[in-house]
Amino acid sequence: MSLLQLEGVTKSFGAIHALQGIDLTISEGEAVGLMGDNGAGKSTLMRIIAGNFLPTAGKIRINGSEVHFNKPVDARNNGIEIVYQDLALCNNLTAAANVFLGREIRKKFGPISYLDHKAMFEKAAELFRELKSETRPRDLVKQMSGGQRQAVAIARTRLSDPKLVLMDEPTAAISVRQVAEVLNLIHRLKDSGHAVILVSHRMPDVFEVCDRVSVLRRGTKVADKQISETSPEEVTGLITGAIENA
Amino acid sequence: MTDTTQKSHAEIDESITSRQEMSGLQAALKTQPFWVFIALIAIGVVMSFISDVFLTERNFFNITRNFAFFGIMALGMSAVICTAGIDLSVGSLMGLAGIVTGLVMQAGYGIGFGFIACMGAAAIVGLINGILIAYVRMAPFVVTLGMLAMARSIAMVISNNKMIYDFGPDQELFEWIGGESVFGVPNPVWVLMILTVVFWWVWRYSTWGRWVIAIGGNADAAKLAGIPVERVIVSVYVLCSCCAGLAAFLLVGWFGSVTNALGLTYELNVIAATVIGGANLMGGVVYAFGAPIGAALMELIRNSLLLAGIDALWQQFFVGLFLILAVLLEQIRNRGRS
Repeated sequence: MSLLQLEGVTKSFGAIHALQGIDLTISEGEAVGLMGDNGAGKSTLMRIIAGNFLPTAGKIRINGSEVHFNKPVDARNNGIEIVYQDLALCNNLTAAANVFLGREIRKKFGPISYLDHKAMFEKAAELFRELKSETRPRDLVKQMSGGQRQAVAIARTRLSDPKLVLMDEPTAAISVRQVAEVLNLIHRLKDSGHAVILVSHRMPDVFEVCDRVSVLRRGTKVADKQISETSPEEVTGLITGAIENA
Repeated sequence: MTDTTQKSHAEIDESITSRQEMSGLQAALKTQPFWVFIALIAIGVVMSFISDVFLTERNFFNITRNFAFFGIMALGMSAVICTAGIDLSVGSLMGLAGIVTGLVMQAGYGIGFGFIACMGAAAIVGLINGILIAYVRMAPFVVTLGMLAMARSIAMVISNNKMIYDFGPDQELFEWIGGESVFGVPNPVWVLMILTVVFWWVWRYSTWGRWVIAIGGNADAAKLAGIPVERVIVSVYVLCSCCAGLAAFLLVGWFGSVTNALGLTYELNVIAATVIGGANLMGGVVYAFGAPIGAALMELIRNSLLLAGIDALWQQFFVGLFLILAVLLEQIRNRGRS
């Protein structure tokens, strides 16, 4: 049984059809690369899976049962975590505070519960170590580099033990060394049975970590192939439309 | 490159984890309230040379009591401003809450009911503000400007434009709470001190405080993180109104009478005190100690001008000047940082 199954997902904004009848399945521990040109509908599809908006038509199934995500928290409660492209961080808070935003660790003193800063700093430090990132938990996000911000956003998803992690361009704005680290993390997620959807413009990244690649063009899925059965040249052709479909 | 200088990765990781940009003291040095506090001390030192009266116990008693009311309101206002909002209705709300307290106590209901009625009226006004801002998504400036007019008008209607000076059976206790002192410190100052500590704790240790600051930093990110942004914003406006209600309760007790003009134009002083205390109108910044320090600076300016024999007509000029200087200081420090 597949972890996530999309059936005929369609999304229209008025007269504009952003997505038309998308079918997509993902199994446990599988990494799928979602590729397509700007405006192909990648972000819209991600946002539907993440619960930012409901599809106009079509079904979403998790482990075989149909779900309706009215808001992002619904998706999270179903084991789906997302790293947003704009990272969705609060610049005025520390790295640790951002990692734990909305899921703060609390201590109890009688009837009063209060933030356990020490536990959050330590846990955040542990997550950053796992990511091999030089992000300091006590630093404010506004003082950080693009790579460090990325690490904070990825560390957020590691708090719960999600079944599926959506990554929207995680390697777009970071250094070469950190790209390798992020890809390593994706490998580690897969090894521990997590599924990953990677939206990326960077062909080498997708071919490095993904098992399968799905290509969207103008709101429809034109290809869904095992990485071993395709090539960067073919995928490029599919994205641009030089190859009709495969 | 020698082996002796190389550390194990674990050690390096550890040092990265525990490293902080600065120590606690250095962090305090970078905050606006600290520098305003220095300005307070500087003015105090200058004044102690200019005026013999300045350093007397009596004068300090008056200064602290006078700014306590503004400080209490500024604590609530700093929460609102932290969410990048504004509450212009606090002055009018004082009038409304004061009149409601007066009417209830005049009717013979005792101080308990008086207090509940006062805070209840404040909470309702805050709730209306908050719902219109958070759920209907109206601009805070417009909503609270409307409430400024409406609350004052209702205060006039229900008071029938008359002064209330009879507070029923608990008159003495009521006037003691607002007007007297314990251990030589005026009661409103005690309230301000306790509330400041409570707010300090809330901003540092409560989940709610953390969420308010997050909303001020990036409301969209807070929403995506699952924070109930609308409810938190409503609670912030209710809190701000309740602070204004509490200040009205104390102020009426001190005056021993109330008219519907209570708190007229106070909103400007409260906002000024909050901004001088380090609040940023863009949101995301809050200091518990900023509110009393900002309020103290404004009262100190007033008091100093009075004691130095400068025409009272200059007061507003200097309050405005310090407001602009405080914001300028904040900008210059930010520029140096980035």
